[in-house]
Order: sequence, then C-alpha cells, then structure tokens
Amino acid sequence: MSDRPIEARGLTKLYGERLAVSAVDVTVEPGDVYGYLGPNGAGKTTSLRMMLGLIRPTAGTALLFGRDPQLAGARALDGVAGFVEAPRFYPYLTARKNLELLAAFDGDDAGSRISAVLDAVDLADSAGDRVGGYSHGMQQRLGIAAALLLDPRLLILDEPTTGLDPAGMRDMRDLVRRLAADGLTVLLSSHLMAEVEELCNRVAIIRTGEILYEGSLDQLLRGHGQSRRIRVTDPARALTIAQTMGIDLRRSDGDGLELEAGDEAVVGLTVALGEAGIGIRELTTGRASLEHLFFQLTEGGDADDELAVEPQVVAV
Amino acid sequence: MSRPGVATAYRWEVRKLVAQKRTYLGLGAAFAVPLIFVTALHFQSGSPNDVAFGRYVRESGLAVPLVLLLFGSIWLFPLITALVAGDIIASEDHNGTLKTILTRSLDRGQVFAGKALAAVTYAALALAVTGVAAVVAGSLESGFNPLIDLSGQPVSASHALALVGASFLVYLVPMMAIACIGLCLSAVTRNSAAAVVGTLMFALLMQLIGILPGLGGLNPYLLSTQLSAWQGFFRVPTDWEPIVRGLWVSGAYALPALAAAYLVFLRRDVTGG
Repeated sequence: MSDRPIEARGLTKLYGERLAVSAVDVTVEPGDVYGYLGPNGAGKTTSLRMMLGLIRPTAGTALLFGRDPQLAGARALDGVAGFVEAPRFYPYLTARKNLELLAAFDGDDAGSRISAVLDAVDLADSAGDRVGGYSHGMQQRLGIAAALLLDPRLLILDEPTTGLDPAGMRDMRDLVRRLAADGLTVLLSSHLMAEVEELCNRVAIIRTGEILYEGSLDQLLRGHGQSRRIRVTDPARALTIAQTMGIDLRRSDGDGLELEAGDEAVVGLTVALGEAGIGIRELTTGRASLEHLFFQLTEGGDADDELAVEPQVVAV
Repeated sequence: MSRPGVATAYRWEVRKLVAQKRTYLGLGAAFAVPLIFVTALHFQSGSPNDVAFGRYVRESGLAVPLVLLLFGSIWLFPLITALVAGDIIASEDHNGTLKTILTRSLDRGQVFAGKALAAVTYAALALAVTGVAAVVAGSLESGFNPLIDLSGQPVSASHALALVGASFLVYLVPMMAIACIGLCLSAVTRNSAAAVVGTLMFALLMQLIGILPGLGGLNPYLLSTQLSAWQGFFRVPTDWEPIVRGLWVSGAYALPALAAAYLVFLRRDVTGG
C-alpha cells in the first residue's frame, strides 16, 4: 500500500475518436500543494474525474493512497475529498440539509463537523437558506465545506477561484494556504498561472491532454530560462569576452545585456569582466515567470487566449 | 470506520422526495381521484356498469377501490409511478449532483439500491393513499356493506376489505415492474421528462398490444394484463392462476430492466455537473 495521495500512471481517456487525456502520469506526495495547470479544455477536469472514479479511464490507473477507485469503489475515496468543476448541491434543500445528507453518506462522525465547516467557510448565517438561491461564490464555499466534512488527507479542487470576485479569490487562496499549512495535501487545478505560482510547490503542466512537465515548481523556474540582466561600462567588449567563455550573452534593451546561465558561469563572467577592467553597474536575477515558461514549454503557444493571466484589480 | 449502507441511501432518497414538489403532485392525484369519483357518484345517477364491480358502487363502498384499480391501470397509476421512478436518477444528472454524492463513502450500487427502494416505496404509498381514500370515501357514500364477487357470491364486508387489501398488494407487483422500467429509462436517458413519458408510453403500448386483433395470444404475458390479476381473489374458489402468473411475468419485466439500470448506473461516466 502506497502512502502517496495520488499516483496516476498512463491515465488515458478516449471519447470516440477524440483523445481527451493521453497517458498522464501524476505523482502527488504527502504535504504537496500540487498545481495542475493547463488551459481550458486541456483535459484537467477529465483527469480529475478519472482520479475520483467518476469516469472510467480508457487505459491506465489512478491510485489514491494506493487504492484504485475503479476496483475499490468508494473505499478508495477514504480520506479524499473535493470537487470537479463547480460544486453542485440539491437546490431544493438548505445548505445545512445538503451537508447533513453528505455527512450521512460519509458515515462516522462527519455529522458532528457540520457547524464547524460552515463556520470555516463563513456560511453559518445562511445555512438555513435553500442552495437554489445561493450565489456562485457561496456555492463554491459550500463545496469546500462539503469537502472538509470528510476531514480529508487529500483535497482535490478544480479551479476553485473561477467565477469569484477578487475578494472571493483572495479568501479562497487564503483558505487553501491555511489548509495546506495544517498538513493537508492539495491538488489544485487551475488555468491561472499566478495562482499556481503563489500556492503550489509542485506542478504538472497539461496541454491538449498531455503532460508537458511534472515536478517541482522551483526546479522548473530555476532550471528553465532563468534570466539575468547585466549592465556594464563597455557592453561591446563584454559581449566578446562572454563569447570566448562560451556564455550566451545578448543585448537586450538600451545598454543592458541579458544571459541565461547557471551560477558558476555567472561568477566566472563577472570575474573575467573585472579583470578586463569592465565595471558592472547592475546585475539582477529574475526568476522566469511560470507564464513565460509555460509558453516556452508548449512551443509556439500563444499567450493571448491559452492561459489567463490573473485579472488585476484596477484602482480608480 | 463505520460505513453507511443502503439504509442511509434509502433514508435520504425519501427525504429528498419529501422536499420536492413533484412528489406531492402524484400523491395528491392518488388522494384526489377517489374523492372526485365518490363526489361524482353522489351527484350523478347511474354506475360504471361496463367494468367489474362497477354496478355495485352504490351498494357497497368496497367496490369503489376495485373500480379505481381498473380505471387507474390505464394511465393514472403508471403515471404516478413513472413520475418518481423516471426522475429519481435523471434529476441527479439535471442538478449535477451525481458527482457530489458519488464522491462520498457510499458505493454506486448502494446509491442505486436506495433510489430503487425509494421509487418502489413511492408507488406503494400512492396505491395505499388511493386505497384508503377509496375505502373511506366509498363507505361513507355507499356504506360498509357486503359485496357480490365475480362468481356471483356475496362476500361479507370485513372479508371483502381483506380481499381489497390483498388486491392492492398484488396490484403493486406489476406497478413495481413499471417503476423498474422507469428507473431504467431514467438511468439510460439521463433526462427526467424523457424517462417519465417513455415509461408511460411503455404502459400504454402494452395495452395497445393487448387490444390489437390477432395478438390475443400475447395477452397473458403483457404487463398490463397483470394489473387485473387481483380479480382472482374475487372468485370462488380463489383463482390463483392469474395471480401467480402476475408475479412471474412482472418479474420477467422488472428484473432485466432493473439489471440494465443497475449496470448502466454502475459503469457510466459521470461527466455532467
């Protein structure tokens, strides 16, 4: 029995001729806040549904804490909670009744947590209202409450901030951060890069059903395209020196130069520049943004419509 | 950990029915029809002489539930049964709640069993409501009097009441088969209206086949025929043959439909919601 919250291998889903998810490998370790990043329609939700046992994979397996929902049924979901797409409830029942139903379906002492989870998502005051009258944001929060009822070890959230206003997004992220800090493993699917960059330690990048990168977010950001900007007194000679050292130094805007190289190479270059009498005015290290990397990974991807950059609040 | 089971699924299916308006539509009809029938008797002369027991409705109130069983077979009881059975799975698709309940600790099979039991409970409850309302209203109008059975023999009022009860029970069996067909259509079509209408169409089609010339040989094996099996109780000696056939023919319709519904529900991809 594996202790890994999620271990998906070769997960594939065919809808007729269309390959929705193609041989996806995902490994979520305990304590991870794992970002599942991809544009809309990339196959994120289909993958999550397969992991939760809602959809039968055409090929491959998804194990939750070592158990396959296709074989173990609901038992495979012990310790796992969350939602795919928008959480849905019975509109003709109140929020509290909905949670009572789910708590009954969970068994154990889930029922004793209802008030606490309603408090946690700030819905205690409207728990007596029918869910049919709830706003999107309230339903989203109720979805989190329903997941927390299970007292899970793994929380699967599918674009939890979609459709929320900026304050709602901030609250949702705070909540995810708080839950992660309490030791919960979280799988967070998102098409918002800033969200993933802010919350996650590991990521998988999926596009048109295929995983393009899986691993540590830090490594991804450091390993790929870490760029540094350097301004010197004599850019022309600096370029020649870099060339002899085999370092790819290029001109960027104005008198600035840009290079992508590891720490050792940068140290070597600064020493060589100093010895040649060239002064260094500025040396800045910029972590590449996840967004930049995403398009680098997907080759020829277009930033305009593929992935949404976080909407900014405009101060008036 | 203590795991919930079918009883939990069933209990909550019933609670969901209690919270929905459509539930009361069917039960309301089941309650109103006997009252309307008896009211009409009160204000009109004449009797429905062309159906069994029709000519006795003014002599004994106990004839009223039996006449209603015959009238209700055409579409009333199939519709009331289909109203819930056809909706009970498809409405989860409509609300997108299937994914919500199928990611908890209950297996799909348990959820399905809870739904099937709730649909059958509803059919039984609707029949009971009609039966009780018809006996009470009928007896108030025509008296709690002895009844003449189909062999022309008088039956005491208390014995007739027991036979009415037995008739409603036997009537429930083909109604359960209709519920299973409703469940099947509900699981397959994932559309409440299609399943309800489809179930009713199926019941009407059975009756149509029954009256088509040249297809008389099929009659004993039609589901609609089993809805009159209870008349065997009102013969002397009791004619068990239609009653026994009603049980197994209904089973022959119900079990494949139930099995199909179960397999579809168990294996389907939950993509909606």
